[in-house]
Amino acid sequence: MDLKELIKPENLVYKKTELLNDDSMHYCPGCSHGVVHKILAELIAEMGIQEKTVGVAPVGCAVFAYKYIDIDWQEAAHGRAPAVATGLIRLMPDNFIFTYQGDGDLASIGAAEILHACNRGENILVIFINNGTYGMTGGQMAPTTLDGMVTSTTPNGRNIDLNGYPLKMTELIAQLPGTSYVTRQTVHTPGAVRKCKRSLKKAIEYVLDKKGTSFVEVVSTCNSGWKMTPVAANNWMEENMVPYYPLGDLKDSEKGEIVSEN
Amino acid sequence: MTEEMIIAGFGGQGVLSMGKILAYSGIMEDKEVTWFPSYGPEMRGGTANVTVIISDNRISSPILHEFDTAIILNQQSLNKFEKMVKPGGVLLYDPNGISKPPTRTDINIYKVEGTKTAVEMGNPRVFNMIVFGSYLKVRPILSLDNVEKGLQKSLPERYHRLIPLNLEAIKKGEEIVESIQTV
Amino acid sequence: MGELRLMKGNEVLAEAAIRCGCDGYFGYPITPQSEVMETLMQRQPWDETGMVVLQAESEVASINMVYGAAAAGKKAMTSSSSPGISLMTEGISYIAGAELPCLIINVQRGGPGLGTIQPSQADYFQAVKGGGHGDYKLLVLAPASVQEMNDFVDLAFELAFKYRNPAMILADGALGQMMEKVELSDYKPRWTKEEIHEKWGSWATTGKPASRKKNIITSLELDSDIMEANNRRFQAKYKQMEQEEVRYELIECDDADYIIVAFGTSSRICQKSVEIARAQGLKVGLLRPITLFPFPKKIVGELAAKTKGFLSVEMNAGQMVEDIKLAIYDAGHHVPVEYFGRMGGIIPTPGEVVDSLKNKFHKE
Repeated sequence: MDLKELIKPENLVYKKTELLNDDSMHYCPGCSHGVVHKILAELIAEMGIQEKTVGVAPVGCAVFAYKYIDIDWQEAAHGRAPAVATGLIRLMPDNFIFTYQGDGDLASIGAAEILHACNRGENILVIFINNGTYGMTGGQMAPTTLDGMVTSTTPNGRNIDLNGYPLKMTELIAQLPGTSYVTRQTVHTPGAVRKCKRSLKKAIEYVLDKKGTSFVEVVSTCNSGWKMTPVAANNWMEENMVPYYPLGDLKDSEKGEIVSEN
Repeated sequence: MTEEMIIAGFGGQGVLSMGKILAYSGIMEDKEVTWFPSYGPEMRGGTANVTVIISDNRISSPILHEFDTAIILNQQSLNKFEKMVKPGGVLLYDPNGISKPPTRTDINIYKVEGTKTAVEMGNPRVFNMIVFGSYLKVRPILSLDNVEKGLQKSLPERYHRLIPLNLEAIKKGEEIVESIQTV
Repeated sequence: MGELRLMKGNEVLAEAAIRCGCDGYFGYPITPQSEVMETLMQRQPWDETGMVVLQAESEVASINMVYGAAAAGKKAMTSSSSPGISLMTEGISYIAGAELPCLIINVQRGGPGLGTIQPSQADYFQAVKGGGHGDYKLLVLAPASVQEMNDFVDLAFELAFKYRNPAMILADGALGQMMEKVELSDYKPRWTKEEIHEKWGSWATTGKPASRKKNIITSLELDSDIMEANNRRFQAKYKQMEQEEVRYELIECDDADYIIVAFGTSSRICQKSVEIARAQGLKVGLLRPITLFPFPKKIVGELAAKTKGFLSVEMNAGQMVEDIKLAIYDAGHHVPVEYFGRMGGIIPTPGEVVDSLKNKFHKE
């Protein structure tokens, strides 16, 4: 059969959302960023909020997030995205503002900004990609690096005596009264992607309803930084990251106090 | 006309507010004014001083090394500012708490028993207005009408009922000021 | 004539911000400028003009809130004093690199480090040479009176938007704490959503309508050729500022043998010094730079052609004196340039300046 005959609307089984442009992404094959970008772009399109959305990109691998999703964007300094988003939402309260941050950005250099933005209950969405390492600068230790995990600055594995404990940011954030929906997800299987998308949608809805800060952690892989194949990285994440960073909703203001799905 | 003056005493004596009322009264008289305070930790209980300049012309330096008039309300301030009064200038002081009175012979010296009189009037807080009255007697650069307007402008509305009492204190100050030395 | 009041410089900054249609103030308390945010919080402009005032968790956060708001085409500002400005320099560099307009006010205190809370002009270099990393400049205005604290807020925003560049008001603790007669400006309405779209729609991140491409505010560019082109564009902009925005005041310079150069509080002191010196028969004039960047180079060169010497009077160890020397060198003249100043929060007295002038130039 001719290819041209095959390409018809009735034969369409999957379509890239128009909000994702055709530029090839700079992310490594197997990286979680691309998947999260895709579901975020899909949601903005499906919910019809492109005209009021402004994204705040971090410093880290997602520094170029603004290249791929067809919305207005600002590029923040390392860790400062929640402050930038605060400036935006305070002066444009009817817009939809989100930050997209990695673990070095959010949990290390930007710890103060994220805590205070969440504590003020800024009506923003925070997407927190946690892969336990600094991907962009070449795989150094992050605050979320697991005990014993090898990185370029912990060549013998993270040593708790020397480096302290892996930081559970999301548990900390869930304690803050300013947050409305706090959850931890993954995107390493088709089922997980669907579930993560449902969570992100709820998170956006809460922000649009001005319920306070929504915080979505996505436990992710960095197969380049971890020096593994994508499949091995997914397995390693499931076996090592997920037990320390358990998945599920930590807080849903509609359901009362802190809940746990696990 | 340019009057360059320093008001100096303890924090809490109303030094800064006396300066403010002076400056506001100056504005009512259509003059240029500058009010420059000492600031920082020293304000809290320590010494406080404020430079006030009232002039018909644009005011240059808010910081001065010599003054036409010094209003002195404690010993530390006397020690510091007596020597900075211009020859022929005015030094007005309250003797309460002053153990070593001024000694210069080339300036006009006046004394006002402000602290004592305020207590006699039953309201120690009008102390600074008594001293202000004495100053106006010695240096009549502002009309009482404009001083009243200055009081209205510089006091928050909830204190406006106290304006008659303040004016009474100013008049008292005009009456009780004593000339110690004129040159 | 506008409303006449007796106000502190810091209070006036707040009042001027409200009246000029500022959209948002983000700040963090620090002496000697805390009255700016305190006045704003007491005035509650959100009820009156809709202006937002927010106390941030740090100066770092403040400047980044300004960055976010400025990118949306809003009139956003912050104020601080020296140590706080140091914390903001990262954000200021990003704002300059992303070519955004905003207002930063530095009510300077003495340094380095925690220093003192008393007035100083020791942040001159930091203000006029950029301050943070990278080749950038701020438009720097130096008020010398409480009236100018009022007037320069609106002017700074106007220039900032004209050039899409951060503007700074470089004041000091004396100007912040001092009260003077001030004629307040009339109210200007804040820009509406539609006005922002019309004026700044080509770059402001207000949400992408179908009718235009997405707007991206960033200072990042990994392609060095493009990054160099960006830098050339910035430099051309700074050059244009040097041609069009120089502001200064001359006092008694026409027949002057000696020129004192001083800005801000120092210039007020030196006005008195000129009076004293003239009374003693010395022909002295005062050049007061109002814009510190762009620096009034041309007039320095012109004055150098007809005077015997310059004295730069500063509340620091001698910073502006370097720019005076450069301006004279660029103009091809050779005139002695001296410096006199006090540091650590001490303000020189008019008499000290005259003594210094005599010692340096007029030895009997």
